[in-house]
Amino acid sequence: MSLLETRRLTRHFGETRAVDGVDFAVRAGEVLALIGSNGAGKTSLVNLISGLIRPDSGQILFRDQDVTPHSVNQRIRAGIARSFQLVNLFDHLTCLDNVALAIFSREGKTKKLLALAGRDIAVWREAADVLGQFGLDSKARMLAGGISQGERKLLDVAVAYALRPRLLFLDEPTSGVSTREKAPIMDIITAIVRSRGITAVIIEHDMDIVFKYSDRIVVMHQGTILADGTPDEIRDNATVTTTLIGTTGDARA
Amino acid sequence: MAITALGFNLLLGYTGLLSFGHSAFFGVGAYAVAFMVKYFEWSSMELFLLGAIVASVVVTALFGFLCVRYTRIFFSILTLALSQVLWSLAFKFFWVTGGTDGLRVPTPTLLGGIVSHGEDKITFLAHRYYYYVLAIFFACAALMWVIVNSPFGKALQAIRDNETRAEFVGVQIWRYRWTAFLVSGVFTGLAGALWVPLNGLTTPDVLYWPFSGEIVFMTVLGGFRTFAGPIVGAIVFNYLKTYAVGFTVYWQMLLGIVLVFLVLVLPTGIVGTAGQLLARLTRSSS
Repeated sequence: MSLLETRRLTRHFGETRAVDGVDFAVRAGEVLALIGSNGAGKTSLVNLISGLIRPDSGQILFRDQDVTPHSVNQRIRAGIARSFQLVNLFDHLTCLDNVALAIFSREGKTKKLLALAGRDIAVWREAADVLGQFGLDSKARMLAGGISQGERKLLDVAVAYALRPRLLFLDEPTSGVSTREKAPIMDIITAIVRSRGITAVIIEHDMDIVFKYSDRIVVMHQGTILADGTPDEIRDNATVTTTLIGTTGDARA
Repeated sequence: MAITALGFNLLLGYTGLLSFGHSAFFGVGAYAVAFMVKYFEWSSMELFLLGAIVASVVVTALFGFLCVRYTRIFFSILTLALSQVLWSLAFKFFWVTGGTDGLRVPTPTLLGGIVSHGEDKITFLAHRYYYYVLAIFFACAALMWVIVNSPFGKALQAIRDNETRAEFVGVQIWRYRWTAFLVSGVFTGLAGALWVPLNGLTTPDVLYWPFSGEIVFMTVLGGFRTFAGPIVGAIVFNYLKTYAVGFTVYWQMLLGIVLVFLVLVLPTGIVGTAGQLLARLTRSSS
């Protein structure tokens, strides 16, 4: 069953057809990798689905409901969350505050003016638990602006995860970190996502990561979907290897 | 003044919005009191405060509705422009506002008439009224402390740090900025109402832009990244201004030099710098 479906989703920026009549589907419970060269339209597609930008035409269905006209907030309440390619955090707040804020917001408590945030033990306990799951417990009291890039990438995902989404978009969760750090980051993220039954869509350039961690791969090229299949199918797809990766040897590397 | 700076800093320090029109809300509070005297002949300070709050809510809700859609320089300019509109209204509609002559506000009675100024007016203002204002200041400071430490306050800081991400954790930016604007304006309006009996008169000067500049100055002087900064800034500014005025006719120049020094040498303000020095001392002693 599809958790999310887009129908003829289109967004052009001037002459550039960033997303061009895309029919994209995500099944409940899977970890899907969205790949493609730079400018293929991956981030634009995620921006459209998460509500950051509006489509020119087409529809977005989430749990069989048309969410195309919905605001970012309504989509979050429905269960769509995302992390960002360039880390987007509250740098002057502590790591614990970053996660706690997502929880306060999820619970509708950020509307409270006359209650002390510090007194809400349940929220802080949950925030500490989330940080623990992401291996960031020792950084709880540090400012989000003062931790390493790898930790910031994890915290970015942790903030989105704290919203308890059904569908989580991860825009290049390992970009900008050293090769050595990539696998541990992906191990943590996929373990959490799979154990909680969260459906995840991961945009990624590193093919090793893509083949190792995803159940299904969707390949985009110039605003359209070029291929869709299991990691093995994509690895053996000649069109994909020639247009995207260059040679079959690279894909297996 | 300290209440004004506290209210102002909810926007600057916690929400990241620099208002150049806070004189408007101070003026609204002051004129609200003057109108109550002129048209209803009331003298109770509690009624004055209540009326000032109602008037500030109305004006800030309207101004906020227009201003919080914008940020940075656009927000600052829009607040400045709107405050100047109020100033010109107070200036031109002299049959209502008294024009440049202003409106007279006699010394009020406190606590529903229990405390009045039977004896000497100066003594009353310097003692009973002083403690009355002080009590309200402490109540306001406590209330503001709760607000900045509430989940709402956290959401404002999140908006200040990263608007896009705040939106993607489900914070509705526009609504939160508007609420912050409202709270900030009402605090400032209240301060205007408390100030006017001391001055005995309200003139369009309190609505004019240099006063908005003074509010920014106070907050930057004390340090806008800290809660106590605006309070310290307001106190120091008032002493500084009093002494500068007594010391030289070029007192504005003296304050200007202080401002330049502040921006170059103490960008975190008095409280921010004191905090850093204290942290350094504790580190070196441990």
